[in-house]
Amino acid sequence: MLERSWPSEGATRVPYWVYQDEAVYAEEQRRIFHGPTWSYLCLEAEIAEPQSFVTTFVGEMPVVVARDASGGIHAFENRCAHRGALICMQARGKAERFSCIYHNWTYDHAGNLLNVAFRKGIAGKGGMSPEAKPETQAPKQFKVHAFQGLVFGTLSKEAPSFEEYVGPEVLPRLKRVLVKPLKVLGCYTQVLPNNWKLYMDNVKDTYHASLLHVFFTRFRINRLTQQGGVFVSQDGAHHCTYTKMVEDKGDAYEKDGMRSASSQAFKLESPEMLHQVDELGDGVSIQILSLFPGFVLHQIRNSLAARQIVPKGVDRTELHWTLFGFADDDEAMTRRRLLQANLVGPAGYISMEDGAATGFVQRGVAASPDRASVIEMGGDKVGSGDSRITETAVRGLWKAWRSHMDL
Amino acid sequence: MKEVENLHARYAHALDDDRLEDWPNFFTERGVYRIATAENEARGLPLPVVYCEGRPMLRDRVQSLRHANIYEPQRYRHVISSVLIEEGKDFIKSASSFLVVRIMENGETMLFASGRYQDRISVKEMLYEERVVICDSRRFDTLLAIPL
Ligand code: FES
Ligand SMILES: [Fe+2]
Repeated sequence: MLERSWPSEGATRVPYWVYQDEAVYAEEQRRIFHGPTWSYLCLEAEIAEPQSFVTTFVGEMPVVVARDASGGIHAFENRCAHRGALICMQARGKAERFSCIYHNWTYDHAGNLLNVAFRKGIAGKGGMSPEAKPETQAPKQFKVHAFQGLVFGTLSKEAPSFEEYVGPEVLPRLKRVLVKPLKVLGCYTQVLPNNWKLYMDNVKDTYHASLLHVFFTRFRINRLTQQGGVFVSQDGAHHCTYTKMVEDKGDAYEKDGMRSASSQAFKLESPEMLHQVDELGDGVSIQILSLFPGFVLHQIRNSLAARQIVPKGVDRTELHWTLFGFADDDEAMTRRRLLQANLVGPAGYISMEDGAATGFVQRGVAASPDRASVIEMGGDKVGSGDSRITETAVRGLWKAWRSHMDL
Repeated sequence: MKEVENLHARYAHALDDDRLEDWPNFFTERGVYRIATAENEARGLPLPVVYCEGRPMLRDRVQSLRHANIYEPQRYRHVISSVLIEEGKDFIKSASSFLVVRIMENGETMLFASGRYQDRISVKEMLYEERVVICDSRRFDTLLAIPL
């Protein structure tokens, strides 16, 4: 049990030990990543063919996601029942079955133990007793749910259905993007020098978007004066924010003399990079959606991507980006998506700062585990609204986190 | 061929000396710059980490780094070696290996990237018509601001 208590202010304070404490981190693995939550595993398009597989992570747990010969999708812990070695060491591929390299125990696509090498010994010598039950240490198997081309998994019998888990506020916003079969354009990993929750927190922080990412405001792509809004699920766990396609003429930033106010002289020589085709037909230029605990889906103009948050210790996180398009994209659309790839990822015009900012928090709070962040923009409630000058979705994250952690 | 090695060296020094404004001028007017990863290349996936077509887009990158993007003060040191050259009539093809060391203001130093440059160089102008930077690793630490 954790001997920690939350600041008396409640929802508007988050103490800094949440990003630092090893015991909290270990407890999160158990209660959250192995608990009644759904974690993103991969795109269905990455395991399109029968007997194909990818390896990934759920929290710290290494995981194999595989499609069997008849098309069913499975996910299981990448840990051999025998001595615990990785069952599969490649990032992706095709396999009729999985054989652990150490002593050659084999598994099917669902992670069931098929064969123990020399189980009966040789010529009546060696081998295991007939009573031995190596299956008791079998790798854990996930319940898997494929949703419009995305694959999610849970280890918990108590988890609600995926649709119930996401809830009616955010589910339609997820469907909105995933309208057709997907095609992978590529992937990469951004290594963040901070606790995993600082990234989730950043994604849900609609207040920072136009203040930290100055590229937006310089070119009037996304300023808080534009039309948009925030949706937060009942339990606070999931969120979605969007901005409409209007180029705003407001001068709120100039009036406040903020860093992100436009300098007249600054103009893109090659603005074609930003040109958006309204392919989803609702005039939304940016939608950022997050599902607790570690999934983000973005539509930034015509750039589409899944971001998977993988914790690697209290102060290190890997962000796995998979950029995709639709299977029926024409050449012009693919070119547009590749040009707009400049906006996102570790070198993204509007995303590179996130890694720096969250790392600054990790470093800034180093000596102050018992101080807390002030999260009072938009009051102290958690809920949907049409202003993005709010930290409602951040409070939602902590509401959900506290309920899982019983803190 | 001395001129090619010299081009690579001047390019590296410009970036390492923080002369970002000179960077677009190492490319022809319509020169292409693309950072990719070996993994995506091997899988035939087109996703770039950075992708600029022509000097105006290269200059946009520099403008953004100077005036829009926020990142901790840092410098690079490029080490370029094993330069291969294949001469043609209008252009030269070159392949070379690179290491980029990143040095933060507090002195923290790390091997930030390794990989190879695959270049097409205009014979007439002795500038890059295309420079593809293929990173060996799919991982990027924190952020990639200064070009490779
Ligand atoms: S550890 Fe896998 S077979 Fe021994
Ligand atoms: Fe951000």
